[in-house]
Amino acid sequence: MSTRRWIQTALLALALVYPVLTMDSAVYQRMGALVLLAAIGASAWNIVGGYAGQVSVGHAVFFGIGAYASVTAFVHLDLPPIVGAPIGMVVSVGLAALIGVPTLRLSGHYFSMATIAVGELVRVLCSTSDFLGGAQGLGGPPMPRTVFDLSFLSAMPYYYIFLVVLMIILGVTWWIERSRVGFYLRAIKDSERAARSLGVSAGRYKLYAYMLSAAFTSIAGSLYLCMFGFIDPESGFGILISVKMVVMAALGGAGQLFGPLVGALILVPLEELSNSYLGGQGAGITYMVYGAIIVIVARFLPSGLLSLFGRKPVAAKAAKPDVASGHAD
Amino acid sequence: MILVQVVVGGLLLGAVYALFSSGLTLIWGMMNVVNFAHGDFVMLGMYTAVVIWTALGGGPWASVPIAAILIATLGVISYFFLVRHIMKGPMLAQILGTFGLALFLRYGALYAFGANFKSLPDDLVGHSFVLGGIRFEGSRVLAAVVGLGVTLALHLILTRTSIGSRMLAVSEDATAAQLMGIRPQRMQALAWAMAGAATGIAGALIALFLPISPTSGETLAIVAFVTVSLGGFGSVTGALVAGLLIGVVESLSAFLIGPVYKDVVVYTLFVLVLWFRPQGLMGKA
Repeated sequence: MSTRRWIQTALLALALVYPVLTMDSAVYQRMGALVLLAAIGASAWNIVGGYAGQVSVGHAVFFGIGAYASVTAFVHLDLPPIVGAPIGMVVSVGLAALIGVPTLRLSGHYFSMATIAVGELVRVLCSTSDFLGGAQGLGGPPMPRTVFDLSFLSAMPYYYIFLVVLMIILGVTWWIERSRVGFYLRAIKDSERAARSLGVSAGRYKLYAYMLSAAFTSIAGSLYLCMFGFIDPESGFGILISVKMVVMAALGGAGQLFGPLVGALILVPLEELSNSYLGGQGAGITYMVYGAIIVIVARFLPSGLLSLFGRKPVAAKAAKPDVASGHAD
Repeated sequence: MILVQVVVGGLLLGAVYALFSSGLTLIWGMMNVVNFAHGDFVMLGMYTAVVIWTALGGGPWASVPIAAILIATLGVISYFFLVRHIMKGPMLAQILGTFGLALFLRYGALYAFGANFKSLPDDLVGHSFVLGGIRFEGSRVLAAVVGLGVTLALHLILTRTSIGSRMLAVSEDATAAQLMGIRPQRMQALAWAMAGAATGIAGALIALFLPISPTSGETLAIVAFVTVSLGGFGSVTGALVAGLLIGVVESLSAFLIGPVYKDVVVYTLFVLVLWFRPQGLMGKA
């Protein structure tokens, strides 16, 4: 085996035994699960935002749909929340098609802004809906009835569930990356016009990527609901949820298989640790450091942390590359 | 009569929207950079007004120019430290960088001023008055008038002065502009200074009638994004028209349908406009 393969195997083994190693620390177990959950969301976003280069800043729509589908399954149908997950996926894919057809025609910033607007629209609509609990939100099962409620005291079961889901998503992404569709998506990202002129039906593949990404994001929402047992419009559809997916993927390296995971591995512990150790007024300092780290990475490694190692991602070219660079004066 | 009152209220609100969006549209149009920290620039302008009132007892006559200078300085610093580097990178680097800056500023304000809402006294710019059967609030009228003035001034600077022509030249084709002896970095830094000044003025004025907290900028930023995309990126007059339109639509739908639905109407309108006219109302095709 090559060195690269050795490192990968070692990291996978570490991921598998992590909860056992941190057996006596609830904080670290919980953090492990949260890292994986964040990585699921960011990896789902990565399919359309990273590979296809369509920077959605409204993925909270699908996250929220997943979470609300799960909580509705419990509140209105008395089913275990996880039963809502497939329903949420179906709704998300349908809505993605509905949103995607008009908005994916927009390019660059216009698409991002349209997704922000749609996200806010859904958030406001949700907070006016009595069926969805309005601005107060809805809660999952207060006490676990059966194991299917996926309501555990320890974070360990969540860790393994999230790990399996993340591996499935990364597996699918890996498969797409090497398939014909993956080449199409990268071609669209580099130059949509060129891709079109070579016969790639850009609109269709962008839409497929968007729908797949929506389905996976919805799963993240359903899993969030199972773990936290509560959802309201802000924690489901808030713009911060969308932005965090983008930031994690971009920090690690968008359009790279493990980019979102790397981003989550850095940002989630930073957030959790400083919240638990500083708390209260210290929260200000936490996020200032968080913000400063993001700024520094964007400033010095605009293609993300993974650009430090190995294969360099193809950097999207700015419209006017030379001038801003500093040899102007 | 009530309907007229509602429309006038909408226009006053819209002029303020135009004011705090004009800085964003200037940067967006000139450099193709979306500043996700824009709302937090406005928020810092608001806190400037609070500090000047509580520490020195100064009203808007003191806080508006000071906020303009402070936020303009912040804009120039952001440009030289961050923006000019991330402009070269992928669009994601812009979101990453400016959102990081937003977090830094927002939580810096939380640390410095606490999470509690603050507000300035209602009658800082005189009481409300009635004119032709319509009620006006002094602070909102001041904000709207200054808003129109600043937006107009920005528009005139860009279209009628030589410095404006140079800035537009850089945004059209920076390399060509450089060959004509224009220094792109200097022009772009100037754009950030102008945008920052307009944003600081907006913040200091909005502080007169909106509650102030470290997260105030978040909602304002979304309004600004919608205004700018609706008006067309880079078009100051577009931001003005879009701002007024959004203000009126918001007031009318709050009055006719119900306050909770005003945002629904605005966002739906926005998505529809993007669908049929992606370059915005006044943007170049």
